[in-house]
Amino acid sequence: MSGYVSIRNLRKSFGTFEALRGIDLDIGRGEVVCVIGPSGSGKSTLIRCINRLEPFSDESEIRVDDIPVIPGRSLAKVRAEVGMVFQAFNLFPHLTVRENVMLAPRRVRGTSRADAYRQAEMLLARVGIREQADKYPSGLSGGQQQRVAIARALAMEPQVMLFDEPTSALDPEMVGEVLDVMKDLAGTGVTMIVVTHEMGFARQVADRVIFMDSGEVIEAGPPDEIFANPKEARTQNFLKAVLHH
Amino acid sequence: MDLFQTFFNLDVLVRTFPMLIEGLWLTLQLGVSSIIAGLILGLVLCMIRLYSPAVVRVLARIYIDVFRSIPLLVLLIIVYYALPFVGIRLSPFASAMTALTLVSGAYTAEIFRAGIEAIPKGQFEASAALGLSHRQTMLDVILPQSIRMVIPPLTNNSINVVKDTALASVVAMPDLLKQATQAQALAANPSPLIGAAAIYLAFLLPAVLLVTRLERRFNRGNA
Repeated sequence: MSGYVSIRNLRKSFGTFEALRGIDLDIGRGEVVCVIGPSGSGKSTLIRCINRLEPFSDESEIRVDDIPVIPGRSLAKVRAEVGMVFQAFNLFPHLTVRENVMLAPRRVRGTSRADAYRQAEMLLARVGIREQADKYPSGLSGGQQQRVAIARALAMEPQVMLFDEPTSALDPEMVGEVLDVMKDLAGTGVTMIVVTHEMGFARQVADRVIFMDSGEVIEAGPPDEIFANPKEARTQNFLKAVLHH
Repeated sequence: MDLFQTFFNLDVLVRTFPMLIEGLWLTLQLGVSSIIAGLILGLVLCMIRLYSPAVVRVLARIYIDVFRSIPLLVLLIIVYYALPFVGIRLSPFASAMTALTLVSGAYTAEIFRAGIEAIPKGQFEASAALGLSHRQTMLDVILPQSIRMVIPPLTNNSINVVKDTALASVVAMPDLLKQATQAQALAANPSPLIGAAAIYLAFLLPAVLLVTRLERRFNRGNA
């Protein structure tokens, strides 16, 4: 049986460098998956393929809710269903926090101004930055900006949320506030695929942890298994390096 | 004192002032309409240059490079004196506006391109991830940010267009310069030319100072 997000034989090269060497992966509806691994292992490339920010070859296939992720109409459908949070936030600097959250529902879904406004208030309250709604992103801390970015993605009411190292660009004292928002989100039934270096978060929140190295999935399983009894030598070495430093 | 009577003859200036104002009016009309048409042409060219199929993209690039290289005066003479041989007869105003627009569009396209390419890739990615179409991404996200950056160079280009309107006098358009040379002939005194120069300066010097101020402000890097 294939998953809500199903990935078959995903290959991706940058020039002669093979970033992904044939990934097969099924992710169930509502599942929270954390992808871990050394830098350059292909984990960011993997999730950037799911909404086709990275184009991939025709021999590979990705489906989200059975819609193929191929250019054209079906890609527009997929992108409306798949939210993404970036390492560098990528908020729109010329728009206020509220306008950042309202833009996509207004333009893509055709939501009325009043409804988009109400929804933005609700989402900004949910991520704890309602008071900052009229500020511009540059007036916010990194942690606040990332929470706005989460609210902006949630405004499209996505079925799947992709997180590409959401806390890697943050000062250490701001990591917690973003992880807390993500933890709350994990409890709401939205499917989450999180590329992260936060092993504590992965251990606590993930339903499944996937370890990648050199463009391949080396090992996958429940967090307890992966962290307590990794089977593969590469997983063991990676965890040893990141957990005991 | 003789020098003053020759170049700043008040009597002559007052007498010929209405002619100069008529010329100024035409100069401004030509300048403004060419600037606006050039902006539209430049934006279209820039979109083609950046986002169309490879073949068309190359054509846009050739256009931009050719029209940035050709001397405006040569282009103007071709439009006015050569096109009639293939049945295209344009008035002096239309010829001048065509030449100015074709060249201004090429420069404007390059200015817009620089403005768009200066926007970080993450802005495009965030827009795509939210499901915005290419058009929506441009209109709602990219261009509003580019505009701020391109205002100083666009103002600069507009100054050049207004200055270049003076070339229209060679195709017998009664613009400010042409009126001034005619007034000089009528009055047998060069004061109208000095008057015209002063009028050009009165319009363009503030614009030049404005560009300097804008550049300083945008360079201070207020995000």
